[in-house]
Amino acid sequence: MTTAPLAYDGPAAPPRSNGELDFAQPWESRAFGMAVSLHDAGAFAWPVFQSALIRRISAWEATHPDGAGWSYYQHWLGALEDVLTADGTVTSAEVDARAEELAARPAGHDHARSSTGHGHGHGH
Amino acid sequence: MSTSAERLPPSLRTEALEQLLTERGLVDPAVMDGFIANYEENVGPLNGAKVVARAWTDPEYKKRLLADGTAAIKELGFGGPQGEHIVVVENRPTRHNVTVCTLCSCYPWPVLGLPPSWYKDPAYRARVVREPRVVLSEMGLDLADDVEIVVHDSSAEVRWLVLPERPAGTEQLSEEELVPLITRDALVGVAKVVAP
Repeated sequence: MTTAPLAYDGPAAPPRSNGELDFAQPWESRAFGMAVSLHDAGAFAWPVFQSALIRRISAWEATHPDGAGWSYYQHWLGALEDVLTADGTVTSAEVDARAEELAARPAGHDHARSSTGHGHGHGH
Repeated sequence: MSTSAERLPPSLRTEALEQLLTERGLVDPAVMDGFIANYEENVGPLNGAKVVARAWTDPEYKKRLLADGTAAIKELGFGGPQGEHIVVVENRPTRHNVTVCTLCSCYPWPVLGLPPSWYKDPAYRARVVREPRVVLSEMGLDLADDVEIVVHDSSAEVRWLVLPERPAGTEQLSEEELVPLITRDALVGVAKVVAP
């Protein structure tokens, strides 16, 4: 039933437990939900997103042969941004600016989020 | 390219994007919640297990399943994104099937839910194609040397589902009793179904 870990050490060793959560962190589920929701609303065809995801993953793998620092949903998010900037829905500058604003929130406001977002997410 | 993307955690970038899209009326956070909850709570390998248990107990259904996976799966009420072209491959004593998406993470969502981390991991995606017997063995599935292993790589369209062998000793079990024996890993092809 449960599968033994791949005999493979190092940062790219696959995480393993059966019955694991789909999403390791809340932002991953939001990135997932955004893409599925936009697709459902007809914002883009799935193969368009899929191609963007493949490009993101292969670019990352080409420069990280040891797989260290792998974050699947980081590529998912990057692919979503690629699709939405390519069709003019948003610009990278807008997303940058908004993310900077969110980062600059007062500590009290930011605390709840950064405690989940920073602890594991940033540093992996 | 973008300094912000490098410096800020993806959680903030995700939140920023969701805010912008929400302000423009392109996504609704409540609708997103619904999609997320559906995949976290409802859509999962239990669906695939029901499909397999039906195929094991109903030869006519099994024929339809192998002929047109998507249509037969829909008979049980399962469909939706990533389920448009499901092809079911049947394990045999001398032929074992295992599935992968080497380029990204294609996976038959309607019958398996979202893929586990290891399925998306570069190590599994690269190695199962190169040395499937070794990878399967490391994952706890030792196959005899005379068993052929066929690795099915998802393409832009096709999503694979493995129809595992029904284990000996389960002849008396009903369809409902078979369902809990069938694991996600068996449906991906990295495990076998074992009798209770």
